[in-house]
Formats: sequence, structure tokens, C-alpha cells
Amino acid sequence: MARNSPAQQGNATSNGDVHRPVKLACRNVWKIFGNGAEDFISRHGGNASASDLVSANLIGAVRSCDLEVRQGEIFIIMGLSGSGKSTLVRCMSRLIEPSYGKVEFEGKDLLSISTEELIEIRRHRMGMVFQHFALLPHLSVLNNIAFPLSIQGMDRAKREARAREMIDLVGLSGREHFYPRELSGGQQQRVGIARSLSTNPEIWFLDEPFSALDPLIRREMQDELIRLQGVLKKTIVFITHDFDEAIRLADRIAIMKDGEIIQIGTPEQLVTSPATDYVAEFTRDVQRAKVMSARSLMQKPGRAKCAGTVAPDTKVSSFSAEIVSAGKPFSVVSGSGEAIGEVHPQAVIDLLAGIDRSAVNP
Amino acid sequence: MSSITENTLRGENRTLGGWSLIWLGASVLVLMLHLLRDVFPVAVEYPSAFVIPFSEWISAIMTWLKVNLTWLTRSMTAILDVPLSFALKLLAKGFKFGHGLEAWTLPRLSWVGVVIVAFLAGRAAGGLKLGLLTGSCFLYVALFGKWTSSMLTLGLIAIAVPFCIVTGLFVGIWAWRKPWAERFMVSPALDLMQTMPTFAYLIPMLLLFGNSPVSAMMATAIFATPPMVRATMLGLSRIPSEISDFSEMAGCTRRQKLWQVQLPSARPTLMVGVNQVIMLALNMVIISSMIGAGGLGYDVLLALRALKVGNAMEAGLAIVAIAIALDRLSQAMAAKQARGNVHQDQQERSIFQRYPNLILAIAALVITTLLSFAVPAFAKVPPEITISTARAWKDAVTWVTINWFDVIETFRVTLILYVLNPLRAFCEGFPWAGAVFLLGLAGFQLGGWRLAVTVAVLTTFCAATGLWEKTMATVYLCGISALVACLIGIPLGLMASRSDRFERFLTPIIDTLQTMPSFCFIIPVVMLFRIGDVTAMIATVAFAVVPAIRYTNHGIRQVPPSLIEAAKVSGCTRTQTFFRVQLPVALPEIMLGINQTILMALAMIIICAMIGTRDLGQEVFIALSKADAGRGIVAGLSIAFIGIIADRLFNAWSSRTRARLG
Repeated sequence: MARNSPAQQGNATSNGDVHRPVKLACRNVWKIFGNGAEDFISRHGGNASASDLVSANLIGAVRSCDLEVRQGEIFIIMGLSGSGKSTLVRCMSRLIEPSYGKVEFEGKDLLSISTEELIEIRRHRMGMVFQHFALLPHLSVLNNIAFPLSIQGMDRAKREARAREMIDLVGLSGREHFYPRELSGGQQQRVGIARSLSTNPEIWFLDEPFSALDPLIRREMQDELIRLQGVLKKTIVFITHDFDEAIRLADRIAIMKDGEIIQIGTPEQLVTSPATDYVAEFTRDVQRAKVMSARSLMQKPGRAKCAGTVAPDTKVSSFSAEIVSAGKPFSVVSGSGEAIGEVHPQAVIDLLAGIDRSAVNP
Repeated sequence: MSSITENTLRGENRTLGGWSLIWLGASVLVLMLHLLRDVFPVAVEYPSAFVIPFSEWISAIMTWLKVNLTWLTRSMTAILDVPLSFALKLLAKGFKFGHGLEAWTLPRLSWVGVVIVAFLAGRAAGGLKLGLLTGSCFLYVALFGKWTSSMLTLGLIAIAVPFCIVTGLFVGIWAWRKPWAERFMVSPALDLMQTMPTFAYLIPMLLLFGNSPVSAMMATAIFATPPMVRATMLGLSRIPSEISDFSEMAGCTRRQKLWQVQLPSARPTLMVGVNQVIMLALNMVIISSMIGAGGLGYDVLLALRALKVGNAMEAGLAIVAIAIALDRLSQAMAAKQARGNVHQDQQERSIFQRYPNLILAIAALVITTLLSFAVPAFAKVPPEITISTARAWKDAVTWVTINWFDVIETFRVTLILYVLNPLRAFCEGFPWAGAVFLLGLAGFQLGGWRLAVTVAVLTTFCAATGLWEKTMATVYLCGISALVACLIGIPLGLMASRSDRFERFLTPIIDTLQTMPSFCFIIPVVMLFRIGDVTAMIATVAFAVVPAIRYTNHGIRQVPPSLIEAAKVSGCTRTQTFFRVQLPVALPEIMLGINQTILMALAMIIICAMIGTRDLGQEVFIALSKADAGRGIVAGLSIAFIGIIADRLFNAWSSRTRARLG
């Protein structure tokens, strides 16, 4: 399988890990457009219904959003156009001032800090990649990537050395002196990625970074992101409207609709227990074997002889061929070496064929 | 007036009945007013007892300014004069040191060197072909013996243009950052600066800045800065929001964001502004030669006054040569910007390899200028190689006058007797109250109460200054010229849009027409038709025809191909496609073209005051010769208001049509 293993393991370790520190959190964040939006929402005490907004002639782009992004995870915000996902990520980076609520960066309220502090945080601790690349047309690749460093006043030799490092990282060596318009879309976004990483940020915002690219290039870039994350281990907030992309990359996904977050969960949780019909609609065509792990198909250990072992968080797709050809159960072995259950080939076949036995035979 | 009515009605299908009745009623009402002029004389001719003495007030203000602000303006003169006289000496006059017998002169830049620099600049910006064009334009000027005058003009431009660009940039940034400033201060000011005839502020400049080239430069700045302001605002507002977001996320301070991200990203649009500044500055420098700037404009003026058509023509052609060179050069630079940067191989290179053209240019200037100590031919264009065509022009005119006199004279007289004079009589007798009423009604229909009130107030101003008759004389001449220009221009534009070959043939012609300073249009027409309304009309038509052609062509060509395909698939013939699809979709653009044509016609009519029209332009001209600031400004304001009224009405109309098309 072409699917990279580092991400698999990244997923595996972080999925159940609720003990990691929270890096960035939104607490009841609202963004309302229209006259007197701030007054309106504070008058309602941070709790207004959709009909309240309509009667006040206001537009609720982001409504009552609560979420926590943990250190080192890929947190994906998924929603169709107009769902408020871009507005939400701009509230999280304070490119837009939220109308109400708190955005906490390592427990500190981003909205109450001074402009100088904000600039300082953005210079050293945040990076952002944009849908349409947002490269500066008058600067070469090298200077584009070095730009955030030059803003900080780093001297030329140092920042160019750092920029060259980044160019190597994203595989653009030899194009240092090209200008953005001479590059293809995929290459331009590589520059955008390198630029956002040049300051070595702790939190990395990616705003639909691959949406403007062709499907093949998009896939290549997703693999690239998985590779980079395997090396860099950033805290990532990734925006997309593409559910397959979300499933492919995410540790956790927040699904947005009409400015509200409907559900937050791992891909597996979304697939196995969608909160609403809307979420179910998205998950219907997902290849379950790629999302579900051995743990979710596991039964109590039986007497039958096992043909192999798998870790509980291994995706079914990565051992489905072996288990079906072996025709015998695989033992599920936890990190400490203890056998906690087993997976039967019939369960895997049912999953691959899309047969839901629990519904037929409870 | 009537054309507005008809077209509005045609466009407005829903309330066709309502509005057409209203307009019919209004027209009858005004006609009655016209017929019953003896019963209500107050509504026809503005009563002289109620004339508001704006001009006296303005003169009083000017006097006060002169007395109280002289220290400021004169010190500005002193400061600005330093770079200006340096440029003039460098290019045209040479540096004189000492007095009397010991006096010695450091020569100006050698003409040979300047021609080489023009060539190199052209080659660097747009390749060998452009280099040859710019080089030969300058060579032409030298060979026709207009070198010193041309360099005076160029020196003034060389200082005025950077001044305009910097001022325009800062004003534009400020207006972009502060929407209230844009709305209530900058926009109205720009409108006024662009519609106010240039003659009108020559006198105030003279009063404030004294009789020096600096006043000419300040007048030039007023005229040439607005496009830079607009380009800056446009360029900054067009930057993709992601780019601004990026600069925030990179941690830029406000200043870093502006200077390192936003302005460089807006560079292509800014360069378009620069091109316009250069062309307007050239145009204005020519006109401001009247207040002592000297240069090519002064040559034309002197020749025209002495009715030496040949000399005037020659100086005019030199202006055209300079204009073409500057225009193509700055356009090539703008195009280069718009195409974006291209990488070059980055081996370590010497300064010479990195800036070959700059080094060559400096070398050429230094060497030729040093040579001019020894070889007089480098210092001054030797008279042996100059050519004069003045005689040939004069002979040609004489020949035409002798052989074609009857034809031309018949044409002229017929036009005056049967078209111009009746129209003029009608316009001058038009009741002012009727005009206020009809224009206000049009404003209300097209843009609601605000527009109606604006238009009515501005029209009333023209009457209240006691200049109603002259205003209407201007409207008449401007109107007929704009009409003729549209009648010629729109069909040409339509033809160009339907045939690529015709477009290729037409493009260089209208490009040249557009680069020519307005002054130059008068010269050949005067040769044939002498002075008067006919000359003014023909020169104005030639000047104002360009936007009508250009906008029509562009409007038709930018109709989305999918629409045309849809029409074809529905079985439209070529003619049907044209009339049912292309023309209606292109209409808003064509109307903007008509609007531009009217504004350009207005600007030109004023300049035609030099050849004896009897309208507001003449009023400004007289004020200029009498140094009467108040009178000039009031007449200038009236002219500006005519332009603003036309502009507002047409824009409202165009945007309504556009909105309806979706």
C-alpha cells in the first residue's frame, strides 16, 4: 500500500491520547457580521438562537464554537463552503476579531493580549498556509521563504541559510531564484509551506492548502504533509471542504455546518457513530476498512488458533488481505504484549463488503 | 437632453408608460416656459440682481492667501526651485559660474548622450524595436532644431513627475486607509481637479508661487496627480485578502505590511498610474508654458499668436515625438511589471554585468558631455544638420488655401449658418429654470434624490454666477462635438470589434491620437479653417473620438464567448447575435465611452478658447490675461460642474444598466 506508515503510527498513538496538553482552544467563540453585532451577542450573554440573529438582521458566521486542539495532533475543521470554517480559523489566529468568546493559546487568552504581543506570537509561534498560496509576486522563492525572518530583522546570511534548509525540506532545490509565477500550483504551495515553516512555528494553520490543486497533485501534497508531520510533529489546524482529505489526514475532525460545530471526533468515531444525518451523509461513501481499527472489530479471545497478531489501533485495510487469505483469526495484542482480543476474518469480509450484521442479527 | 430621455425610456421597460408620460409633461412645461419667456423672464434669464458675487469672494480669499501665506508658498518655491533649476540646467541651460569676463559655463548634457540614453532605456524596457523608436524620437527633436525647448519641457517633467507620484502615493494610501477621507475629501477633490480646466488655476498658482517655473510645476501637479491617487487606491484595494492575511500572520507591523507587502504587490497597477501621470504632466507642462515655464508649449503659443502655422506645426510635432517616446517607454515598463519577474542565473556577477544598461548610459552621458568641451557639435546641435519643415508646411497650407478655398469655405459657412448658429441660439436662450428642472428629473430617475439634488444645485450654481449664457455656449459646443465624435467613433469601434484586420489598422492611429497633447490638435485645423467655432469643433472631435472607439470595441469584444456560443446554438445569424446579444451586453461599457468622450470634449473646448470661441473658456482665458483669479476660478468651476453633472448622470445610467444585466 502506498499509504505511509509514519502517519498510521502518528494516528495510532494520538487517537486515544487525551492526556496531551491543549495547545489552542476556542471557548464559545462567536463571529457575527452586521451592525451592532458585539452589543447583540453580549446582550444575549453569548447564547443566541438562529432566529434571534435573523430578527436582529445579523449574520452568524461562527456560532458558539468550542474546541480544543492538542499538542502534536492534526485537527481538521471540515465543512462545505459558507459553513464558517475559514472564519473560524481566522478567529483562532485573530486575523478576524471574534464578536464573543475566548481563544486560548496555551491557556492564555489571545484576544486580550496587546498588538505587540500578538505580533511576537505570530512571528515565532504561528505559521499559516493559504488556499491561493499568497506568495509575494515581487520576491523570488528564496526571498519569499525568508520573508517572515526578514520581518523579524534576522540578518541576511542567517535567514537565507534557513530558507535554503526549508527549500530542501519541501524538495524545491534548484528553484531558489525562480519567481512565483514561474512555478506550477503544486510548487507554489510547496513554497507557501516552506515559508510558513521557516520560523519553526509551534502551531500551524493550513487553510484549504490543497483545494486549488489538481486531484493528482493534491494527493501527492497530502502524502508530503503526512511525511513532513512525521518529521516535524507540529500542532496542526487544517481546514478543508473535502471529507476524504479529512479522513486521510486527521487525528480528529470537527464538522461544521451553518457556523456551528456539529461533531468532533476521530475519523473512526465519525464513521461508526455520526451525530446527525448530515454527518452520516458524509461518511456513507467512506471506505470503512481505511478508517476502522482492529479494536472496533475485536471480539473476546476465543479458543481458535490465531494466524497472526495486530496492534489494536491498526487500520483494518492494512491487514485485511492477510487475514482473509489466512482464513483464521488474528490476535489483537496491546502495547504491553497482552492479548486483549481477536479479529475474525468474517468480520473483516463483512466490513469490506459493507454488510452490517449487527443490524440483521442483533 | 433628448438623447438621454429616449435612451432611458428604451431601457426602462417596466415603468415605460409612467416615465415617458412624465418626460413628455416636463418637456411641454419647459417648452411653454421657453415660449412664455416674456411672462416669466426670471425663470429664463437669471436676474442680474441675484447674481452671487462668487468671483469677488474668491478674489478676496486669494488676496488674503497671498498676503498671509506668501511666506509659506514662497519658501516652498525656494525649496522646489532647487531640484527644478538643477534639472533645467542639466538638460537645457548648462551651469553658469561667475560673472562678466570670468564667467564660465559647465555645459549641459550633450544631446548625443541623451539620444543614446533614450535608446538604451527603450531597449532595456521593451527590446531593440522600442529602443530604436525612443532613440529616433529624440533624434528627431534634435534634428528639427527643437532640442533646447524640448529639454526645458523634459526637465520640468523630470521633476514634476516624481513629485506627483510621491504625493499621489501618500494621498492614495491615506484615502485607502480612511474610507471617510476617501468619500468626503479625496474623491470630490479628485473629481474637481480632473474636470476643472487647467487654465483656471494658472493664475492662483502665479499669485502664490510667483513667476517662476515652480508655479508651472505646481499647476502640473494639480492636473497630473489624480490618476496616481486613483491607481494607488485601486491597486491597494485589489490585493487579494490572503496576501494581507499572510503579512499579518508573518508578524508584520503596520508599516512593514504596507511597504514590504501591499505596495509591492500593487506594483503593476501603480505603474499604470505612473504612465498616466507622465502623459498628463506632459500635457500640462505644455499648457503651463503660458505662465513662464518656457519650452515647447511656449514655441507653439508664440507661433500660433503670430499665425506662423509652419513653426507651430513643427513645435507640435516635437511635442508628439516626446509624448510618443515617454508613453511607449512607461507603458513598456508597466507591461514588464505586469508580466512579473523572471529569474536569472545567479552566479556572482560584477556590477557591470548586473546593470549593463545603466553603466552604458552613464558612460555615454559622461563621455559625450566631456567631448562637448572640445567638439562644439556635441554641445549644440550643429545648424548644418538640422532640418526645417516650416516652409514646406506653410507652402502646403498656401497651396490648399488657393486650390481648395471654395470647398473649405463652403463647408465652413454652411456648417456655421445652418447647424452651429441655430443650435447656439437655442442653447443660449434655454431657460435656466427649465434646465435645472429637467436635469434634476433625470438625476432623480437615474439615481434617486441625492443625485437629483446634486445635479440641480450644480446647475443652479452655473446660473447664479451670472454666467448662464456662456455656460450654455459651452454646453452647445461641447455637446455638438461630443455628438459628432460619438457618431464617428462608435461605428468605427463596432467595425473594429467585428474585424481583427480593421482593429490592427486602427489601433496605432488611436494610440497616437491619445498620446498627443490636446494643444497639438488645434494646429493643423487652424491652418485650414482659421479660427472660430468650426475649428474648435473639428479639433475637439479629433481629440475626443478615441474613447468612443476604444470603449465600444472593448465592450463588444469582452462579451463572454459562452454567451455568443449560446446565441449561435440557438440559431442566431451573425447579425442577430450582434444586435440581440453583443450590443445589449456591451451597452454599459459603450456608455462609459460616451461619458469619457464628453469629458474630453469639454476639456478640449476650453483650450479652444485660444482660437476665439465665445464661451466659459474665453471667460477663463480673459481672466488669465487680466490676472483675475476670482473670475477665472468661478468660470472654471462652472466648467467643472458641467463635467461633473454629465459624469454623474452617465455613470448612474451605466451602473443601472449594468445592474439590470446582472
